[in-house]
Amino acid sequence: MRELKILAVVVFFSLLTYYLVEPYAHHEMHKKVDADGNEIKIESRGFVYDGAADVEEAERAGDKELVAKKKAFWSDVKKISKLKGNATAGEAGFGMCMGCHNGANMNMGGVIPPSLDHAGAIYEKDYLIALIKDPAMASNVDHKYADTMTHPMGSIKTMFTDDQSIADVVAYLMTKKAGEVTPKEAFSEACMRCHAMRYAKTTQLGDTPKFKHEKDALAHKIKVIEEQDMVKAYMGKLPPDLSMIIRARGAHFMETFIENPQTQLPGTSMPRVGLSHEGYEKVKEYLTEIGDPSKKHREEVGPWVILFFIIFTILAYLWKKEKWRGHH
Amino acid sequence: MQENEKGRRDFMGMALGACAAVGGVGALYAAKRSWDPLPSVAAAGFTEIDVSGAQPNVLNVEKWRGKPIFVLKKTEDMEKDERDVIVGKDRFLIAIGLCTHLGCIPAYKDGEHKFKCACHGGEFDASGHQIFGPPPSPLVIPPFKVNGTKLVLGEEGPEYKKMKDAGLIA
Amino acid sequence: MAHFDENAKPFSNKWLDERIGLNTLMRVLNTEYWIPKNINFLWAMGMVLAATFGILLVSGIFLLMYYKPDANLAFDSINYTIMSEVGYGWLWRHIHGVGASIVFLIIYIHMFTGIYYGSYKRGRELIWLSGMGLFVAFSAEAFSGYMLPWGQMSYWAGMVITELFAGGSLEAVGLVEWIRGDYVPGDAYLTRFFMLHVLLIPLVIIGLIVLHFGTLRLPHVNNQEGEEIDYEEAAKLYKEGNVKESKVIPFSPVFLSKDLFVMGVYFILFFYLVFYHFDFAMDPVNFDPADGLKTPAHIYPEWYFLWSYEILRPFSKDIGLIAFAFAQVVFFLLPFMDRSPNVAPAHKRGLFQIWFWVLLVDMIILTAMGKLPPTDPTFAFVGLVSAVLFLLMWPILIIITKFEKKIEKGA
Repeated sequence: MRELKILAVVVFFSLLTYYLVEPYAHHEMHKKVDADGNEIKIESRGFVYDGAADVEEAERAGDKELVAKKKAFWSDVKKISKLKGNATAGEAGFGMCMGCHNGANMNMGGVIPPSLDHAGAIYEKDYLIALIKDPAMASNVDHKYADTMTHPMGSIKTMFTDDQSIADVVAYLMTKKAGEVTPKEAFSEACMRCHAMRYAKTTQLGDTPKFKHEKDALAHKIKVIEEQDMVKAYMGKLPPDLSMIIRARGAHFMETFIENPQTQLPGTSMPRVGLSHEGYEKVKEYLTEIGDPSKKHREEVGPWVILFFIIFTILAYLWKKEKWRGHH
Repeated sequence: MQENEKGRRDFMGMALGACAAVGGVGALYAAKRSWDPLPSVAAAGFTEIDVSGAQPNVLNVEKWRGKPIFVLKKTEDMEKDERDVIVGKDRFLIAIGLCTHLGCIPAYKDGEHKFKCACHGGEFDASGHQIFGPPPSPLVIPPFKVNGTKLVLGEEGPEYKKMKDAGLIA
Repeated sequence: MAHFDENAKPFSNKWLDERIGLNTLMRVLNTEYWIPKNINFLWAMGMVLAATFGILLVSGIFLLMYYKPDANLAFDSINYTIMSEVGYGWLWRHIHGVGASIVFLIIYIHMFTGIYYGSYKRGRELIWLSGMGLFVAFSAEAFSGYMLPWGQMSYWAGMVITELFAGGSLEAVGLVEWIRGDYVPGDAYLTRFFMLHVLLIPLVIIGLIVLHFGTLRLPHVNNQEGEEIDYEEAAKLYKEGNVKESKVIPFSPVFLSKDLFVMGVYFILFFYLVFYHFDFAMDPVNFDPADGLKTPAHIYPEWYFLWSYEILRPFSKDIGLIAFAFAQVVFFLLPFMDRSPNVAPAHKRGLFQIWFWVLLVDMIILTAMGKLPPTDPTFAFVGLVSAVLFLLMWPILIIITKFEKKIEKGA
């Protein structure tokens, strides 16, 4: 039939244009290539941290020394991971963590040490081991520090000096600090020390209280700015507000970036935070709740509207058939 | 045959029209919802005021839903009234500070224990009853809930409901 | 003075007819507005466009109730207030965003239908010109609307496009600043583009739509074969009941019934995009708030401007601007450049048919290259070739249509 042929032509050219300006163009715009011009495929590794990505990165950079260093570090992590940790013994070790991770909301060396209340629920075990062993290597920002001791959490190296004590404290976190976690708690513990979220009325200092007097509101605002200045001095620039980030970045970018920021933004000062898959899902849920709150409603209403137009179209077709009867 | 066909034709047209009307109603519903007060506006409809620091016979004017609210702590010797709101041991006048005549804000004369409206000369006593001039009814009591030494305006507490049932709120 | 029947009931048919000529109106615009029978679904695109414009108008009204044209408030008034607080605010915004993009797809289909079937030729020049006027007005409407969310793409598109008015080597910086009302796009700029978007340009569009419909009434719409129909004779046949033999149908209800069906199919697609596939029309980058100190990694216009943007890009600054200006107006000249006397579909017009498909494909290539990073030498080269080809297409059109053979009637 002629009309269907015409329709096929129209659809073909429309889809061709769509393919070229959307999937194809975006792929071309965002693709990363290595020194030989080969495309680097950026894929999520399922929020498992075994150093494979870091080693590949170092190999790509052609830095043999770094490759060896990374390999050695992550094989040590693997070794500790195999040790059987004793949670009871780990509790004493955790006391040392509490020296900084104490909820006092005090900036220490650039950021406020995050609460560890749900560390076992949102972070991955091997990452926690790596972090205690060497924070800069674990979070893949070792390029920023000549010596890990200059990392704000660098002093931890002097606190946990043997493998068993690391295994113990991680065992403690994985069992005693692994309760049910809300999306908001996951966000607060994993992201809030650097990122504000103004649509949730949250800053680096936590939830912004309601003030009756403008003077108090301004005083709080000054405290926030001071905190942000410290974060800025530490990170190089103020990390962005995350209110709309879920709409501003695609799902694939978010996933791979949070898992390992260096893949998408080589050289970024954002550390890998070590979220487990469950932890990431919680954070994503919160980002969606704030940045795309209509998503649920949209998905509920969508099928009904489309069903309505399908019925409308069928009726319109029948009516058209009646009206055109006898015309051909 | 011709008639028959016409009937069926009309039926299809009407079915299509009815279908479009259903869609129209759906769109109107969405449109209506878009005109509703925003959640943040609705949430701001509840105001908490602390009356623990109130001085007797000194009028405090608070703001609730954009309107002035009179909060007047009565002195011991001021007349008791069934419209008094009791918080702890103290008696209060809680009322929307708009004259029931045409909506001006009456001023409180603490010497006379009276509210006087400058617009048309209406007067209210310290319990909010109209005592002179055109006002047809007492000052309106807003929905409130007593919560310790605090009052939550916008929420209907048991004391408010009792007054409402007794027809005292306005 | 006309005769008014004393006994006519108020608002009855007769009463209304005597006062506003209701029956004449219905006849002229509906029941005896004759449309050729020999058409296909592409002829419904006009009504589809009218319906989409209506949807954009209605959704825009709801957005207007909460939008704040202020550089400090605009972004949050949309992304917070409208998207999360206003009941169904997200629906209006998604409809408006997707509608603004998809309306151009339909406009392009409508335009290329006109070119293919020669619907701009003798007698129908004004239809084409008013239609092109609408294209320009819709482009201005789309651009001004794109500024309003005040995200990164809004800001940088505003920056780049207003910069064009400096006229290359003319360096008319004063003109650029005059358009912006500031050194860079700022508060004054946002407010004036808001005015253009919600008042001035919509008024122009509505006026042009009326004109477009008006220019259609006397020449009538074209048909699939470009056949010249004797409307009086065809109408007489139709009214006598010989609907099968007649070459025409009345606009209402016969033509309309087909329009509604096509619209239904269109709306299924439209709302699928609104609910499930909107990123192509609501660029994620624009969900980052405007920042005058940080350029996004890639700046590109919306897809419907890409082909003309690509004509600007591959040349040196001044030549690029001249080529760009040429591309903006050249379609207006189509009725006067096509020298052939034939009103016929392209597949009956020999070389013109090749010209048509080359033009279409070339514009699609330009569109693709306009978005692809120009830093890639292959893309830059393809872009240059297709831009040159686009410019050459017009003198070629004059030549091939001049030598086009006249098609004999009845052949």
